[in-house]
Amino acid sequence: MEPIIRVENINKTFSAANGQVEAVKDISFTIEKGDIFGIIGLSGAGKSTLVRCLNLLERPNEGRVYVDGKNLMELSEKELRKERQDIGMIFQHFNLLMQRNVLDNICFPLEIAGIGRKEARKRAYELLETVGLSEKAKAYPAQLSGGQKQRVAIARVLANNPKILLCDEATSALDPQTTKSILTLLKDINHKYGITIVVITHEMAVIQEICSKVAVLDQGRLVEEGTVEELFRAPKTEEAKKLILNGKGLGVEEVDDYV
Amino acid sequence: MFDETTVNMLIEGTGATLYMTLVSTLFGYIVGLPLGIILAITDKTGIKPNVVIYKILDFIVNLTRSIPFLILLILVMPLTKLIVGQSYGSAATIVPLTIAAAPFIGRMVESSLKEVDKGVIEAAQSMGAGTFTVIWKVLLAEARTSLLVGVTIAIGTILGYSAMAGVVGGGGLGDIAIRYGYYRYETGIMIVTIVILVILVQILQGLGMMLSKKLDRRQA
Repeated sequence: MEPIIRVENINKTFSAANGQVEAVKDISFTIEKGDIFGIIGLSGAGKSTLVRCLNLLERPNEGRVYVDGKNLMELSEKELRKERQDIGMIFQHFNLLMQRNVLDNICFPLEIAGIGRKEARKRAYELLETVGLSEKAKAYPAQLSGGQKQRVAIARVLANNPKILLCDEATSALDPQTTKSILTLLKDINHKYGITIVVITHEMAVIQEICSKVAVLDQGRLVEEGTVEELFRAPKTEEAKKLILNGKGLGVEEVDDYV
Repeated sequence: MFDETTVNMLIEGTGATLYMTLVSTLFGYIVGLPLGIILAITDKTGIKPNVVIYKILDFIVNLTRSIPFLILLILVMPLTKLIVGQSYGSAATIVPLTIAAAPFIGRMVESSLKEVDKGVIEAAQSMGAGTFTVIWKVLLAEARTSLLVGVTIAIGTILGYSAMAGVVGGGGLGDIAIRYGYYRYETGIMIVTIVILVILVQILQGLGMMLSKKLDRRQA
């Protein structure tokens, strides 16, 4: 398998009130095409910053970020925007446009890509069918449940046929059952379209459910990496052991409290 | 109650007040809307942070807003004369009204745009949206309810300011209230002008609130 994402020695430092915060410290890893790659860590481990370094919503202070062979760090503003159309992202709080209905939310990335209204609408209807929400086309986000909102966000992100899908705690605001249905949908998308998925989470259950490979993040460092099977069979680091224990001993929501 | 001349004067005064208020609001937004957008995006949490631009505009806005309108009215008279050709009357009042309204409107626009969820802006950027698209399709579109409430507040405030213009012969209802009510002790006319002003504010406020509510899609 060929790599689709290759991150080399990235560092990201923020200046905060009490000095510098190193959110990401010298991280390197490779993600292969078609994989579902998990990044797990406790809150504050740097997961969200790390995933934003993959589409340069956060620009690393140092290092290289290759996506499909191109180093994003060297692209111009315009080239980067074009490249981002191939890297979809979904979020914990869905981030839908509240003043647009479901259909127009899905049309939004197509508008950005400069696709005509008629064609965009046709594509949006197809995608609504894919995520099982055809009857909600004219509803507004405020009228939907959390799970339905995330489905709309997934339909929206698929509109531009991305090669990569970044999921930033995409199921953390959902109940266990809805989480399961969203994860199943993500798995289907991975199979059906061959989209590489990067999953950021603090829940081992999510990793176990859909990921093939996993990286463990602790205080901005990547401390362990391998297949999910390896990690569960023989975790090498304390952090990994802790995360597995958390996932086993407690229900999903309780882990959240524990963290 | 009043003779025909007085009634005609009151109708003309109402027209002049509406003319000054609405035209000044329009001009106020022509300057204030871009100003508010620049303030919102150049602030440190905005999408194009720029300390220098923000600080300069922030200072100018504060400076203009701290000048009492009555003083501003007199202060900009030379400029008014240059633009309108005379420094009294309804048309002339539009100049100081616009100058007073623009920074105030800019501030309201800034605060409306800052209410827009950062996550939604980030989502648009992750789709490859540029600055212009984010401003137009995310910031302004998502904040439209709040922006409309702002328009309503702006109209009310400018209407109040326009009444003050009566002091320098600015025309409109405020002018009538001062000339008849204050200088000539004709309390009846003064009360009627106040009643008309109250009704105008109520109607404009009601319309604005109704429209902004109708356009809001956030309720289930």
